Amino acid sequence: MQDNYVRPLDFKRGRVDLSHGAGGRVSAQLVRELFAHHFTNPALDAGDDGAVLPALAPGERLVMATDAHVVSPLFFPGGDIGCLSVHGTVNDVAVMGARPLYLAASFILEEGFALADLKRIVESMARAAREAGVAIVTGDTKVVEQGKGDGVFITTTGVGALPPGRSLSGANARAGDAILVSGAIGDHGMAIMAQRESLAFDSEIVSDTAALNGLIADLLAAVPAVRVLRDPTRGGLATTLNEIAAQSGVGMLLEEKAIPVREQVDAACELLGLDPLYVANEGKLVVIVPPESAEVALAALRDHPLGREAARIGEVTTDPNCFVQIRTGFGGKRMVDWLSGEQLPRIC
Amino acid sequence: MKYVDEFRDGEVAATLAAHIAREARADRQYAFMEFCGGHTHAISRYGVTDLLPANVRMIHGPGCPVCVLPIGRIDMAIRLVLSRPEVILCTYGDCLRVPASDQLSLLKAKARGGDVRMVYSAADALALAQKHPTREVVFFAIGFETTTPPTALVIRQAQALGLGNFSVICNHVLTPSAIMTILESPEVRDLGTVPLDGFIGPAHVSTIIGSRPYAFFAEEYRKPVVIAGFEPLDVMQAIRMLIRQVNEGRAEVENEFTRAVTAEGNRKAQALVSEVFELRRSFEWRGLREVPYSALGIRAAFAAWDAERKFDLAFQSVPDNKACECGAILRGVKTPTDCKIFGTVCTPENPMGSCMVSSEGACAAHYNYGRFRDVPVVAA
Repeated sequence: MQDNYVRPLDFKRGRVDLSHGAGGRVSAQLVRELFAHHFTNPALDAGDDGAVLPALAPGERLVMATDAHVVSPLFFPGGDIGCLSVHGTVNDVAVMGARPLYLAASFILEEGFALADLKRIVESMARAAREAGVAIVTGDTKVVEQGKGDGVFITTTGVGALPPGRSLSGANARAGDAILVSGAIGDHGMAIMAQRESLAFDSEIVSDTAALNGLIADLLAAVPAVRVLRDPTRGGLATTLNEIAAQSGVGMLLEEKAIPVREQVDAACELLGLDPLYVANEGKLVVIVPPESAEVALAALRDHPLGREAARIGEVTTDPNCFVQIRTGFGGKRMVDWLSGEQLPRIC
Repeated sequence: MKYVDEFRDGEVAATLAAHIAREARADRQYAFMEFCGGHTHAISRYGVTDLLPANVRMIHGPGCPVCVLPIGRIDMAIRLVLSRPEVILCTYGDCLRVPASDQLSLLKAKARGGDVRMVYSAADALALAQKHPTREVVFFAIGFETTTPPTALVIRQAQALGLGNFSVICNHVLTPSAIMTILESPEVRDLGTVPLDGFIGPAHVSTIIGSRPYAFFAEEYRKPVVIAGFEPLDVMQAIRMLIRQVNEGRAEVENEFTRAVTAEGNRKAQALVSEVFELRRSFEWRGLREVPYSALGIRAAFAAWDAERKFDLAFQSVPDNKACECGAILRGVKTPTDCKIFGTVCTPENPMGSCMVSSEGACAAHYNYGRFRDVPVVAA
C-alpha cells in the first residue's frame, strides 16, 4: 500500500495554524520537514518521546540549565531569537565549567506566524548548535491562538558534563580577587533597543550574541584557579556583580574607566537615559580569579576571538553589606546597586 | 562622546576641586540647593560630593517632575483608563511606576487591563492617536518648563489636524513658584533652621525661560543663583561661583550654562506655551502641598483637547504617608537618612514618598548611589 500523499509545507507563503500544534499529521509534518530536517542527529532522528543519551565519563557530573526566550523584535542586527535561544542555554551550562552537550527545545508558536520566518529561526538555531558543538536532541511544539503569543517563544534546556574536581559558583568570590570582563558591555541590549519602532534612530550597534563555551574552555585550561564565571545577560554587568557579591558575602570596587563600552553604545545610552552597566549582553563573560592569576587569565581571554577586548575592571572587597561600588571617571565614588524595576522590556 | 566627555573629565575635576577647597573659607559652612533632579542625578552619579570640602553641603531640591506629582493626579489617570476601555493612556516611562492609591500605579493598572503605553515624546502620543482613530488617546503630560512647549505643540497640531480622539491631562508645573515656596518656608525665612546660601539654577528649564526669572530671588531674598548645565563639571563650576558670591557678599544671577541659556530664553517656545496654556490658581505638589500659581492648565480655546474637561475628571487630594519626611527633605530641613522609613519600608521597589519615586529624587539618589556612606567603613 502506498503512503498518503502529503503536500510539502509551503515555506514561502505558508503560515502556522492551530493544526500544526494539534498532534496529528500536520504536526508530524512540521516536525519532519522543519525541526528534524535541520536539527538532525541520531537521538532526535529515532523519533521517540525522549532522547536516549550515552553515559558520562566516570567522575563527571551533569549540569543542567534552562532559559526562556521572548525577544522582540525576533530578528535584530547580529542575530535572532533562534541563535539567541541556543547561545543563552549553552552559556548557562558553560559558565558552570561544564562542557555543553545536548539541548532540548520547545516552541510556542502563534497562529498566523509566517513559516518562512520560522524556517529562518530554525536554521539559525541549527547553525548555532553546530558551531557550539551541541545537539538538539528533543523538543516540543505548541500553537496558541492569534493574539495570545508574540510570533514565537522558544525555551531551551541544556545539559553538560562537569569534569571531576571542578567547582565554579557565584559563592566562591574572595576579598582581593580580580574581576575581569571579556569585552565591551551593553551591545545586545542597545542593538535591540535601536530596533524598536518607537525609537527612530539609526545605529550600527550589533548584538554580541555568541556561544562562550570555546572561550571558557581556553580560559579554564590556562587558569584552573578561576573562582566564578557568569554571563551578564538580563540586568547587565551591574546585576551580575550584585548577584555574585550577595552569593559570596563580599563587596566589590570597580574602576569606571576600565570598563569597556563601545562609543556608539555609550552615546545611545546617553540619549535614552540608560546606564550601560545595566544593559544586557549575550556573549560576554564575567571572570573572578585570585589576583595572582589575573594577568594569565586576561591573556587567555584576549587570545580568543570573543575575548579580544577583555579588561580587568575591579576587585573583590570585604564588605558585610555586599555593596558593589565604583570609582567614577570623574573622581568620586558611588554605588552600583541592584536594578529597581525594569530598565528595558523584552530583550532576551 | 565628543561634546559630552569634555564635561566629565576627571583631571579637570581634580583641578576645580582644588580651587573650591582653597576658596571655601574654613571658618564657615556653605549650603546650596540644586533645584533640579538632573543636577541631583549628576552629583550622585559622578560622586561629586567626594570632590567637595566637608563644609560645602548640597541640598537636593524639588525639581524632579515625577517626584512632585501628587498621588491624586495619577489616581485620576488610573480611574480614566480602567473605566473606559476605549482610552489609550500614554505617558513618559518614569511616570509608570509612581505609586498611587489602592497600591496601584499606571504599570499595575496596565496589568489590570488598562491600555497604558510608554511614549518617548509628546509627538509619539499624537502619532498614536492618528494611528488608532477609533480609540481615545490621552497623553498624561508632566514636567517643568522644558517639556511644556512640546505638549503645547501637539495640542496645537491636534487642533490644526482636527484630531478629535486626542487629549491631554496637563500636569505641567513651574520652577520659579517652587523656589519661592522654599524661600517662604518658615525654616528658611523665620527660624533660620535651614541655612540656604544659594541655588544652582536649572539647566534645561532655563533654556526655555531664560535667566531673568531668577533675578527676583537674588534681589528680594538675597540668595545667589548660578544657572548650570547638567554635566558634573558644570555643577562643580557653579558651586565655585556660588562660593565666590557668598564670600564677596554678592547675591546675583550668574550663568554658567552660557552655551545654552540666554537672559530672555526661547521666546518662540514661551509664545507657544502662553497661547495654549494658562496659569492654574493653585496646584498640589507632592511634598510642598498646595502652591499658588504654580502650574499650567489648558486654555478654554483648546478645551476639546483637555482630557480633564472632556472626560469630566475630578482631582481628589490624597495625603502622603504620615511617617514620610519628603516634605521636609524637599525643603532641605531633613536629609533622607533622617527619615525613619528610608531604606526600610520605603525603597525604590516600594516607594512610600515622592523622593524615592524617580532616580532623580533625593532619597532614591541616595539609596541607589550613596547609601554605602551611611555604614562604617570596613578595612579590607
